[in-house]
Amino acid sequence: MGGHEYVPEIATDRNGVEHEVQGWQDDFFGGKLGFWLFMLTEVMMFGSMFLALTYYFTLHHADFINASSSLNRYLGGFNTVILLISALTMGLGLLEMRAGNVKKAKLMIWATIIFAVIFLGVKAVEWSAEYSHGIFLGLPALQGGGAESLPFGEIMFFGLYFTMTGLHGFHIIIGIGIMLWLLKRINAGKVTKDHYILHWNIALYWDLVHLIWVFVFPYFYMIGAGDITGGVGHGH
Amino acid sequence: MSKSYLDAGETHCAIGHPKSVFWQWMLTVDHKRIGIMYAAVMFVFFFVAVFTAVLMRAELFYHGPQILDGDTFNQAFTLHGVIMIFLFIIPGIPAIFGNIVMPLMIGAKDVSFPRLNWFTFWLYIFGCIVALTSLFNFSITEGELVFNFADTGWTFYAPYSLNTGTNVVTTLVAAFILGMASILTGVNFLVTIHRLRAPGMDFFKMPLFVWGIYATAWIQLLATPVVGITLVLAIMEKYFGIGIFDPSRGGDPVLFQHLFWIYSHPAVYLMILPAFGIMSEIIPAFSRREIFGYRTIALSSASIAGIGYIVWGHHLFTSGMSDLAKTIFSFLTFFVAIPTGIKFYDWVATLYKGKIVLKSPMLWALGTIITFAIGGLTGVTIAMVGSDIHLQDTYYSVAHFHYAILGGVVFLLFAGMHYWFPLVTGKFYNEATAKVAFYLNFIGINVLWFPMFIAGYLGMPRRYFDYLPEFEIYHQVAGIGALILVAGLLLMFYNFISSWKSGEKAPHNPWGATTLEWHTETLPPILENHTKVPYVDFNPYEYHHGQPKVKFDYKTMQRID
Repeated sequence: MGGHEYVPEIATDRNGVEHEVQGWQDDFFGGKLGFWLFMLTEVMMFGSMFLALTYYFTLHHADFINASSSLNRYLGGFNTVILLISALTMGLGLLEMRAGNVKKAKLMIWATIIFAVIFLGVKAVEWSAEYSHGIFLGLPALQGGGAESLPFGEIMFFGLYFTMTGLHGFHIIIGIGIMLWLLKRINAGKVTKDHYILHWNIALYWDLVHLIWVFVFPYFYMIGAGDITGGVGHGH
Repeated sequence: MSKSYLDAGETHCAIGHPKSVFWQWMLTVDHKRIGIMYAAVMFVFFFVAVFTAVLMRAELFYHGPQILDGDTFNQAFTLHGVIMIFLFIIPGIPAIFGNIVMPLMIGAKDVSFPRLNWFTFWLYIFGCIVALTSLFNFSITEGELVFNFADTGWTFYAPYSLNTGTNVVTTLVAAFILGMASILTGVNFLVTIHRLRAPGMDFFKMPLFVWGIYATAWIQLLATPVVGITLVLAIMEKYFGIGIFDPSRGGDPVLFQHLFWIYSHPAVYLMILPAFGIMSEIIPAFSRREIFGYRTIALSSASIAGIGYIVWGHHLFTSGMSDLAKTIFSFLTFFVAIPTGIKFYDWVATLYKGKIVLKSPMLWALGTIITFAIGGLTGVTIAMVGSDIHLQDTYYSVAHFHYAILGGVVFLLFAGMHYWFPLVTGKFYNEATAKVAFYLNFIGINVLWFPMFIAGYLGMPRRYFDYLPEFEIYHQVAGIGALILVAGLLLMFYNFISSWKSGEKAPHNPWGATTLEWHTETLPPILENHTKVPYVDFNPYEYHHGQPKVKFDYKTMQRID
């Protein structure tokens, strides 16, 4: 695992034909496969949360729509656009890297980081607005059984909302971290035109993070977009 | 004399090139060393869990409370279950032999991501430490020492797990971290098997243990994230009361059971598939005969993994599910028995007209055919909705899964430990002692668990710390069985440890096996396994008149037969 160039071993069969041995070193396809498989686990993880969300949406239909209508669709929509653009810059950065334009690739990664920070900033504004309205994990409105409590369905909606957007935000933070690490590796000359697997995988990660948000946005923000009742009657 | 991977300095490290032997082990990325370290940690925990089990058996020996009170008993079976399931048996065979043997079997020099493998091992250790902190979390109430270890059982069923005052959260966090380690192991092995097979080795030339590891890795990958997020939701519920699993807040506790078993049922196949792989290695090697139905065994591993993913509902027959769903889940569960049955017939057919050598690995394998058959067939009886209503949560199901898991998975793990002991250590264990230990274990497990089938059928519920006097006889027989079993376990591990220190040196390929892990120049193998990577143009279990057909020149790894 030193810096010297890896030379694959040759296996010779009984007819004297030589076959190149795939080592764990310098295995672009293996690195790609591994990261795709890891992304599959992310899909399973968020998928089961969406499953729970869908199930409770059928159980507490009116409450969910009601709670959803109180979310700020402009901020949520703005963040959706921000993430879409950041996915574009990330992808462009990878193209630049493969074309050998290291400087432009780095610029694009920096742009992605900035968009990610903007996303988190908007999220912080949203959460603090919700907090000032008394809606946050652990506050009385989201504790069942009290005088100030919201209906069960709304508590559950906000519980899932904070859990899932929180987990998504955690992925954004991780993303910023690994992008900074990627920049460091590029500066150290470890990620180049010919060895860009790390860049590739981080771009893939960022695509998934953006893709999850594409599902989070309609599921939480848009289901209550019709009007205050979302087009159905509810009991209070 | 060339060096082996166990010698000082013979390792690659994740960080730097440390001089000290200790740091060479702590930082090693060598798959064989990592496998040994997993084994060492796991068996320490295994014996902690065995000790807890013995404590419970001692309490149950006489009717009425003696040693443990009810609350402590609840914590004891939780501790036993959490350690056995999450720390020992789920990572178990993949982490130990998947690491040590699988790359050797496919002619690779290491796994695809050796550094990730090192990181995964330490993530596993971190998970174990978190689990231990929840164990040692205690408070002093009115001058008495009160332990706050979780008392929910290893299944953490809501809503009780959300309401109990004991320390469930750290246990949940530990299970989450261990799950992450399991996922990373799965990713690593899948890529390794896809990418690093020696030239010429297609999927149907892989040894069957590799097939078992492959099917297992898919389960680790697809099922573990589901339980991971379920545990996170349970933590959110417990801290913030979002109501998701709490019926008093509009939630549905049965959803927890669904999400939990979507993982935890495939998890039992995750345990057994690599164990079946070990069986498929030992049976042909000690019958000196090509395995019967190679392709059916390989494909049944894959189909067990596939079908096993959609049968979880049979844990919920008494939890509230529609009759249609119960019928479908029951039916699907029967289907798992088919590929399992195929494997059993293939193994028995391999024995037929073979030159059977009754060495201890073979004894363990043959013993497992009996104990796992009992465990498996009693599983079919409780897959039926009608009989399950009667037998759910009784000693019958306890006996069933202990026969299947201890009598199947752990027995085959022990079989593998005997089989690969010369490979890993270069030494031979004492064969006579090993045989005595096997018979003690085999008699012990049957005396311990067979009476529980009867007690359970007559109505003895599981997880109770006391019982009606008429059940005393079953508990006393079981208690004696537990002592025999523990004696067998201790004798076996004494044999392993003393033989590693001072056993006689093992000859090359001592069992006359055919798979690549035995075709190394030295025993134990060198750091990067084979001297050269062979070209694989042969099937894994080719015998000719009871002798391995394929022979190598170990310097060049060219075939000379």
